[in-house]
Amino acid sequence: MLRIHCPVCGLRDETEFTYGEDATIRRPDMNETDPKIWHDYVFIRENPRGPHKEYWHHVVGCRQWIVVERDTLTHEMFGSVLAREAAV
Amino acid sequence: MSHYSALSILRNGLSGNKEWSRAWRDPAPKPSYDVVIVGGGGHGLATAYYLAKEHGIRNVAVLEKGWLGGGNTGRNTTIVRSTYMMPGNTQFYERSLQLWENLSQELNYNVMMSQRGYYYVFHSPGQGEALRRRANVMRSNGIDAEFFDRVEIMKRLPHLDYSATARFPIHGAFLQGRAGTARHDAVAWGFARGANQQGVDIIQQCEVVGYIWDKDKIIGVETTRGPIRANKVALAVAGHTSHLASKAGLRLPIETHVLQAFVTEPVKPLVDHVIVYGGAHFYISQSDKGGLVLGGDLDGFNSYAQRGGLPVVEHTLQSAIALMPSLSRLRLLRHWAGAMDMTMDGSPIIAKMPIEGLWLNGGWCYGGFKATPASGYCFAWTIAKGEPHPDNAKFTLDRFERGYQIDESGSGPYPKAH
Repeated sequence: MLRIHCPVCGLRDETEFTYGEDATIRRPDMNETDPKIWHDYVFIRENPRGPHKEYWHHVVGCRQWIVVERDTLTHEMFGSVLAREAAV
Repeated sequence: MSHYSALSILRNGLSGNKEWSRAWRDPAPKPSYDVVIVGGGGHGLATAYYLAKEHGIRNVAVLEKGWLGGGNTGRNTTIVRSTYMMPGNTQFYERSLQLWENLSQELNYNVMMSQRGYYYVFHSPGQGEALRRRANVMRSNGIDAEFFDRVEIMKRLPHLDYSATARFPIHGAFLQGRAGTARHDAVAWGFARGANQQGVDIIQQCEVVGYIWDKDKIIGVETTRGPIRANKVALAVAGHTSHLASKAGLRLPIETHVLQAFVTEPVKPLVDHVIVYGGAHFYISQSDKGGLVLGGDLDGFNSYAQRGGLPVVEHTLQSAIALMPSLSRLRLLRHWAGAMDMTMDGSPIIAKMPIEGLWLNGGWCYGGFKATPASGYCFAWTIAKGEPHPDNAKFTLDRFERGYQIDESGSGPYPKAH
């Protein structure tokens, strides 16, 4: 069981959250016409073995999307912020 | 490296089983090879075996960072089937099942292939129609698939919950009779022994930490036991494919997720087949030792941890009891987890990479074990000939940019959903 720190609600069980995805992915500008850039946005992931920034939705809590930094090998948590306040 | 037979068992039995020879050598790595295969699981060892046997390429090394079959080869639920309906998958997995059917004879090693049948239970007319479509696609490709209604399934699978209070009512089931289970470790060991007999070097405790480059071409690997040069470097490291590909600067449409499996204490024969529950993601079979082998869903977030969390343990066991209430008082003996290469369309990649000198076999999602023989066969073909075998021709890396994804579950580019 992961224990995830929600900036609003505090330390809560993983089962209160829904996993989003890699939080470093940014949608290209809607006027972008290079298919390679769209391909990378939709399909390509760094998939690091180590620290990973990822979205979680506190769906049965405060319903906020948060960005958590977690080690994918050890599950160590390095902190979390509200997604809307995360550095882009 | 003797031939195994009833006579050899008798002869070695009479001498107290003290004179069995090693099944494979333990050589030190040579400075260079024609082909270096990274990953000593079933896929890497099968690739080495077929490279030597089908293409006469015997100057080959298989490098394994731990021990043979210690990754996902030793962590799956041992199910073998060919119930796929997307062009590309259908033919590939059927080739694999056909290779499985003769694998023990081929390798002179008992992989304990047991074609006990694979039932997929469905719980609504719509789910039944979808399965019927799958069965029709399989039949039109010459693959066996049968369909049974509730009355027949009550006779064939009497232990399931057919009561009025069942969580999901059982409407019927789909059967592939030729499907079944095999002994997972034996598959790795059998391919290792077969490859070794043909001169392949199997090198354990040898982790690849980087590549040797000649300008923009890969000409070998850096390992914990020194540099090893090779004309061709082939990765078969599913679960850690992104990790090793990133060292070559290659970015892939893969996320690594964790999948758990479970075995209960042994009981007398109870589950005669592989049974899949259509109400949730859950499958069950019984090992030859009597333990019930259970599998469920991904934990649902990126993980290389090779250990799972309790929420999925609970979910899997709830599914088990919803399907077979009689299991409720069994105790779990062990549970474990493996790291899965989850691709963006749920299908694998067996192809030459855009980097010269590098070949990739990975992205197996849940489907790696059953694919082992065909994966080795097709990967060896691709490495030897420089072009894919017809059965893996669709498993390219560029299918994502060309719009030719093979999305068997129709889930879209969400790795955790496949």
